[in-house]
Amino acid sequence: MVPLSWYLILAAFLFTCGLFGALARRNAIAVLMGIELMLNAANINLVAFWRYSGAVTDLAGQVFALFIIAVAAAEAAVGLALIIAVYRKRKTVNVEELDLLAG
Amino acid sequence: MNIAALTANLHVILPEMVLAAFALLVILADMLRQDEEESRLLPLLTLAGILAAMAATAWIWNRPVASYQEGAIADGFALGARTVILVAAGLATLLSMGYLPRINRQMGEYYALVLLATLGMTMMASATDLIVLFLALEIFSLALYILSGYYRKNPRSTEASMKYFLLGAFASSFFVYGAALLYGAAGTTQLREIGNLLASDHGNPNLLWPGIALLLVGFGFKVSLVPFHMWTPDVYQGAPTPVTAFMSAGTKTAAFAAFVRVLMEALPAQQIQWGWALAVLAVLTMTVGNLTALRQLSLKRMLAYSSVANAGYILVALVPGTAQGSKAALFYLLTYAFMNVGALAVVITLEKIDELDALQNRAAGLADRWPLLALAMSIFMLSLSGIPPLAGFFGKFFVFQAAVEGGWTWLAVVGVLNSAISAYYYLRVMVAMYFHEAEEPVQPRRWGGLSLSLALTALATVIIGLYPSLWTGFLSGLGG
Repeated sequence: MVPLSWYLILAAFLFTCGLFGALARRNAIAVLMGIELMLNAANINLVAFWRYSGAVTDLAGQVFALFIIAVAAAEAAVGLALIIAVYRKRKTVNVEELDLLAG
Repeated sequence: MNIAALTANLHVILPEMVLAAFALLVILADMLRQDEEESRLLPLLTLAGILAAMAATAWIWNRPVASYQEGAIADGFALGARTVILVAAGLATLLSMGYLPRINRQMGEYYALVLLATLGMTMMASATDLIVLFLALEIFSLALYILSGYYRKNPRSTEASMKYFLLGAFASSFFVYGAALLYGAAGTTQLREIGNLLASDHGNPNLLWPGIALLLVGFGFKVSLVPFHMWTPDVYQGAPTPVTAFMSAGTKTAAFAAFVRVLMEALPAQQIQWGWALAVLAVLTMTVGNLTALRQLSLKRMLAYSSVANAGYILVALVPGTAQGSKAALFYLLTYAFMNVGALAVVITLEKIDELDALQNRAAGLADRWPLLALAMSIFMLSLSGIPPLAGFFGKFFVFQAAVEGGWTWLAVVGVLNSAISAYYYLRVMVAMYFHEAEEPVQPRRWGGLSLSLALTALATVIIGLYPSLWTGFLSGLGG
């Protein structure tokens, strides 16, 4: 069996990719994609921890991952709706051009 | 799992069930109504739901402490935090009554979202499992992202909601990654069991410490600690002001209640390490919040930075990790809910609707023409700056007392110095109201709900200040 640490390294790599995307990209949709990567990194961790914990009847890790998937879907729905609302008004989804509120 | 286990102790989540039922009722009533006139009943239905949830909370209070499915608990701390959140929601509904028809004609969704956000907040205050905690956090966050962009035609409002969404979702992913690592270190998602396991064998440090750090970042975003506070002023300024009022008091209470529970139940054995981390964050938060508030001209931005600074004061109470500290934090949140919602209610009377904000010079000369409004604002400003005998003084007093008795005297000294700085910008508003001439005549906006909430918050600020022992007996702490 592949050791647990491989999964954790994969998840950490995915989280870092998402973090970089969320911080470096200027397009709001790309930022959202980065955030989704970060959430899925947590999912890999949870399922890997559950599988390697030995207590396979305790489903907490799996259930947590399922809930995160559902929440990520809801978050994407709300987020895209908000991005459309901004685009209709401003004709841009570049986060750097959203500067009405500052000071 | 059988049916008996599902229904045992179901009363623990009765307030949440009441709120969910009323949220659906509001949507249904909005669909069935005949004309615009009838939509005036929606805020009344919302208020009825909040009052029913309060009654349910009061009813649970007299029963023994119980836990539902080991996911939510009804102890004194959870019930106290719930009450504060429900009070903030009720006041925000009163403020929305006359405000909402001016910015958006669709009211059903608004009030349903207010109820759902309240549900998420009260759930978060009573959650004892990382999964429930995360779900509750997302329920109220998603509702608040939409609410802060509810003035859809105003670019400031949509911009605020998008910034809030991007940073909020970013923070949630930190929170979840941290929770996953904590689950890996302890092998369970239940806070108390995590605490028991970590007390005996300390877990895997390579998972535990990054997990705690990431959770801290997630909570730091939600309660707006420096350096994770960047979204706060923008969102507070751009959101419709009743939403700002609700969010400032409700989110803070829910997130701090959950923060306290995670620290005291899951991580009490690591207090020495996180105590120092929180102390550093508290000093940064208080100082940066107050110094930035000094140079704000907009009343809402000033109150936003003041809210950052207040998060710092509350954090001081958590540092020693004692029951006394958690009780002081809860008392502070109660006083903060009243004085901050009150101050934002005054902003609503003064603001220009298309700017969603009021500059400080709008308050100039207010005392001559509207003495009662100026008096109310003075009460809130004096209370926020911590002048006795108002509520804010005792909030700060208990927090600093908890820090000193926990052996963190220097932190209390930094806190007191910070209150002195903050007095400058709070009192500046009073100077403008009483000693400056009005540049342009301001006609304050008013409606029944607004006047009622102003009267309630001002009275509560004075009464809590005069009889603080009444309220400290009513709230209870956690851990110890």
